[in-house]
Amino acid sequence: MTGLLASILYEDWILHALIWLPLVGTAHVLLTSAERAKDIAFRWSALVFVLSLGLWWSFDPGDGGFTMVSTAPWIESWGVSYALGIDGISVFMVLLTTFTSAIAILGSFEYVKKRRKAFYALMLLLEMGVVGFFLATDIFLFYVFFELTLVPMYFIVGIWGGQRRIYAAIKFFLYTAVGSLLMLVAILYVYFSSGTGSFGYEAFMNAGLSLREQLWLFAAFALAFGIKVPIFPFHTWLPDAHVEAPTPGSVILASVLLKMGTYGFLRFLLPFFPEAARHPVVVMVMLVLGVVGIIYAAWVAAVQPDAKKLVAYTSVAHMGFVVIGVFALTLNGLQGGMVVMISHGISTGALFLLLGMMYERRHSRLIEDYGGIGRVAPWFATAFVITALASIGLPGTSGFVGEFLALLGTFETHMVVAAIAATGVVFAAYYMLPMVQRVLFNKLDKPENRTFADLTRREMAIMAPLVALMIWIGVHPTPFLERMEPSIEVVLERVEGAPRAAVETMEGATMVEATVNPVEDPSADPAILPAPANVPARED
Amino acid sequence: MVTGVSAASLASAGMAVQAAAEWQPILPGLIVLLPLLGFVLNGILALQSARHSSAALREGRDWDPFAGARPPATHRLPTWIGPGVMGLAFALALLNFLGMPADLHDPVVVPYWGWIVTGDLSIAAAIQLDQLSMVMTLVVTGVGFLIHVFSVGYMGRDPGYPRYFAYLNLFVFFMLVLVLGSGFATMFVGWEGVGLCSYLLIGYWFSDREKSDAGKKAFIVNRIGDVGFLLAMFLLFNGFGTLDFIPIFAGAENHFAAGGVTITAITLLLLLGAAGKSAQLPLHIWLPDAMAGPTPVSALIHAATMVTAGVYMVARSSVLFALAPTSQAVVAGVGVLTALVAATIAMQQYDIKKVLAYSTVSQLGFMFMAVGVGAFTAGIFHLVTHAFFKALLFLGAGAVIHAMHDAAHHGDGHLDEQDMRNMGGLRKYMPVTCAVMWIATLAIAGIWPFAGFFSKDEIIWYTAAWAGAESNPFGQLYAVYWGLALLTALLTAFYMTRLMVMTFHGANRTGKAASSHLHEAPNVMTVPLIVLAVLSVFGGWINVPNALSDSFAGLWGSLPMTEWLHHWLEPVTHTAAEIQVAGFGEAAHAAPAGGGEVAWALISTVAAAVIVAAAVMFVGRRKYVPAAQDAGPRGALPRFVYNKWYFDELYDAVIVRPVLALSRWCWKAIDTVVIDGFVNFTGNFARLAGWATSLFQTGQVNMYAFVLTLGVLFVLGAAVFL
Repeated sequence: MTGLLASILYEDWILHALIWLPLVGTAHVLLTSAERAKDIAFRWSALVFVLSLGLWWSFDPGDGGFTMVSTAPWIESWGVSYALGIDGISVFMVLLTTFTSAIAILGSFEYVKKRRKAFYALMLLLEMGVVGFFLATDIFLFYVFFELTLVPMYFIVGIWGGQRRIYAAIKFFLYTAVGSLLMLVAILYVYFSSGTGSFGYEAFMNAGLSLREQLWLFAAFALAFGIKVPIFPFHTWLPDAHVEAPTPGSVILASVLLKMGTYGFLRFLLPFFPEAARHPVVVMVMLVLGVVGIIYAAWVAAVQPDAKKLVAYTSVAHMGFVVIGVFALTLNGLQGGMVVMISHGISTGALFLLLGMMYERRHSRLIEDYGGIGRVAPWFATAFVITALASIGLPGTSGFVGEFLALLGTFETHMVVAAIAATGVVFAAYYMLPMVQRVLFNKLDKPENRTFADLTRREMAIMAPLVALMIWIGVHPTPFLERMEPSIEVVLERVEGAPRAAVETMEGATMVEATVNPVEDPSADPAILPAPANVPARED
Repeated sequence: MVTGVSAASLASAGMAVQAAAEWQPILPGLIVLLPLLGFVLNGILALQSARHSSAALREGRDWDPFAGARPPATHRLPTWIGPGVMGLAFALALLNFLGMPADLHDPVVVPYWGWIVTGDLSIAAAIQLDQLSMVMTLVVTGVGFLIHVFSVGYMGRDPGYPRYFAYLNLFVFFMLVLVLGSGFATMFVGWEGVGLCSYLLIGYWFSDREKSDAGKKAFIVNRIGDVGFLLAMFLLFNGFGTLDFIPIFAGAENHFAAGGVTITAITLLLLLGAAGKSAQLPLHIWLPDAMAGPTPVSALIHAATMVTAGVYMVARSSVLFALAPTSQAVVAGVGVLTALVAATIAMQQYDIKKVLAYSTVSQLGFMFMAVGVGAFTAGIFHLVTHAFFKALLFLGAGAVIHAMHDAAHHGDGHLDEQDMRNMGGLRKYMPVTCAVMWIATLAIAGIWPFAGFFSKDEIIWYTAAWAGAESNPFGQLYAVYWGLALLTALLTAFYMTRLMVMTFHGANRTGKAASSHLHEAPNVMTVPLIVLAVLSVFGGWINVPNALSDSFAGLWGSLPMTEWLHHWLEPVTHTAAEIQVAGFGEAAHAAPAGGGEVAWALISTVAAAVIVAAAVMFVGRRKYVPAAQDAGPRGALPRFVYNKWYFDELYDAVIVRPVLALSRWCWKAIDTVVIDGFVNFTGNFARLAGWATSLFQTGQVNMYAFVLTLGVLFVLGAAVFL
């Protein structure tokens, strides 16, 4: 496989293709008829997914840095470039995106009835934005993609959503926009203070920020990403957005849009502001917010009468595991966080698809309108139960591997936090099993439910790969873990050893450093460098 | 099989190669895989047949797979697949058991693949074969096979027949993962997996609200224990950097000071996990409800195997527990209290399965007491004999319910087929069932020479002996445990005899029309009963203690296999035994109240026999009326125990309702009012501000540029100076 991919120069063009092919698909959908729009969109998304699969073989984590790097100047006067790269963290996010986009489009065939061309065009546009976000290594480019994802999602909720779609869409937009504007300010600050006149990833890593600056900038970035995750107490946009969004919107939202937040932590927040990230107060704040999210969201989920809202809240709880895993700052914790991200993308996406199928059949999201579905729809019930079990982290499913590693990693540095978070596994059963029972089990006492159809072939084609992935990752996660490990080590070393590593590399790299950045005193600890903002501004 | 073994798991692979020189097990992975194969095949059949039943339901028809002369393939094949894979697995386990050298010193670990491998952690999917896991495997596959065979008769007319066998096979798969896993993490996979199957099987008749409630309760209560298990694993990982049994147990003595805080915390957390799975106080409440499942499930999961996992886990971690005497005292205390409380409840229940459920809780308490006082062999011994006689009791009850069910069909009005007040005099209709259940009753009552006598006596004796050990800091506490255990043993004899008399003797209370349809179970059900009865008689002989072998109990030296199990398990338990002797001194040779082992064995068996006889007279003379005409027990104390000491009501008031109320409050108050209130306020404020600032929209570009610059400067300035 590797040889075949090499013969077609796969690594040279794949990243570009993954970003731009969805855009081509968007154009194609807009030019076609409304009837054919869904097929065309699915074919493009399937093509993108199949192409992206090659990454599984051709991607080599190497030493953990970016590979398949390509850079082209874009806005030269500002130092903005079209720079892409992929590493062991983003490769999974990209695969998750291409996979769930295709699945979500396939899952929307029955749900979306009006303005289909516009809908599928936006779905593909959204895919492009998300893939671009995960692949960008230029901060300006990253920000453009970040904002680009906001617009299609806003319209998907606002046009194809439920009754309160306008409220939900605006809430979603405002929440995210507030965070991202603050982040823009922070990005500009780093850009100007680094003095390199570049938006490149390296330039931002070596901006030489003081601890105080880092803390402020950390706060701005953390808020932007934290809203996206979402972290308690910035989560209330999520239940509304999920409930109102059409099924495919919910799937993409849960599977990949939330991951943009936690991916932002790993890709930007920790490496750019390592000293702030390991500051004990910061760590404790993030861990506490993560734990509160796990417990609080589980409680709130448990009393929801609306199944979709229930699952939306469980997302907050799951992402809490990612947050504690990341801010435990241990290898196990970070890897666990990554696996939770992947696993949540699969299992929660699958849950939203299943709820969508229920809605298409019965036009209700209320749990109490169901009951005894297992008797009339056994395949549906089987898929539902497996997905629910993966979601609550039963060993042998993907959910367990992630939560186990995240908790274990957290326990290594923060025993009490991990111990409290571990009670989340009880509350997971407390919110999930009653819903499973009230939907699938109990008496089939509502006549409308007697005609509840079982999974169609198309729906089976949607669920089968999702279920297979849940079990595969649960039984043999090592291929995933070993691909992500080097890149996670890089993040961890950066956070843990920032000053030390910087001083050590100085010896060998003094000359290079000195030429690149003459202001910096090689012998000085970056932590106590004068704030670059006080350095006379350069005109470059 | 060894595919994709990563570098990190090679260490354990190397260990296996080394051990292979000593003994090469025969396809151990297949023992685990066979039930999984059964699950897959039966699962496919189940989904296939469910297509028909759901289609019929949608069209408003009834679908009876047994309507035709021959049931469809989906309902014929499971008969062969379900018990078939179990029989093969048992044969393979037996082959390995017979091949295993008695003096095998080190466990044999067979790795298959690296399960979770990160930079800091390596967990291999591996099987560990040693004397302890071998005994457990034999019990699980052997008793499991008998129960599968019995199920063919018991569940043969159930529309969900293939689904039933799919779940049952899956359960055995996870149970084997639990007992054969080579580390705490792999054990945990089986641990939660059997919990899942328990959930699915308790709620097997899921259309019944009460039954699916019971399944849910079991799962959630079990998960409370699982948190303890998880945290114990994390502590172990922090200490050892691994979760594999071999390095942890080998290094524990050097790593932990005896009685230290960490080791005590680890063992208490493990106890929490064990208490959840084995239904010990205060987490015992799920097991009686679990009787909602089909009766063979109660026999397999909720008597013979899964619920004993906690005992197995403590015995497996014997080294850790021996290093934490405080935890041991707690384990034994939990055990003895559970045994006593459950026994009192069993005395006042009318539902035949409820009596057996509480009896199981009580017997598990005895096992906990055993492993708590350091008598790990005695604990496993009782686990084995209990698997025989309790499986027999449950299956026998199943045969009774089976008969009562058919009778109820023909009777007039509603008839609770599990209520013993509706039974009586069944001996006439089902003599085989009656006879084998009497054997099991005498066994559980601890009457010589039945199996339960030897195992229970050993537990009680060890408690007495360790109570008298020179430097046991908990000596007096142990003496109390001993006294309570004796009392509980007598209660056991009483409530079991009560069950037998109410069910099989006296006048029949089933009703005229119904009783003519009472019948003995078919052979496919009675044969497993007879096999289990034989084991309940002779099963205790595998471990006749030295001290008793020359007395009446050992037929004055003529019983074979003296202390066989003790010697067999020695490679697994000897480290713990040495630690215990080092800490407590040698065990005493007399009970706290005086008297030696033979004397107390004689006293307890005679006392139990007297209780049985007294109960036959007392219960036999009482006049019971059918349940429909009975108001339940009279008097405060009987009502108190009849209502299970009000544990459920207490938890409901103290835990369930407050958490639910808190959950609602979080949603309605914090999410809706506080957070969204703030968000909406800001939104409205922004709209207002937007209107205000729209006044600045003068259309003059200079004005815009000015404001824009001002804004950027303001934000940048704020960031710099703050």
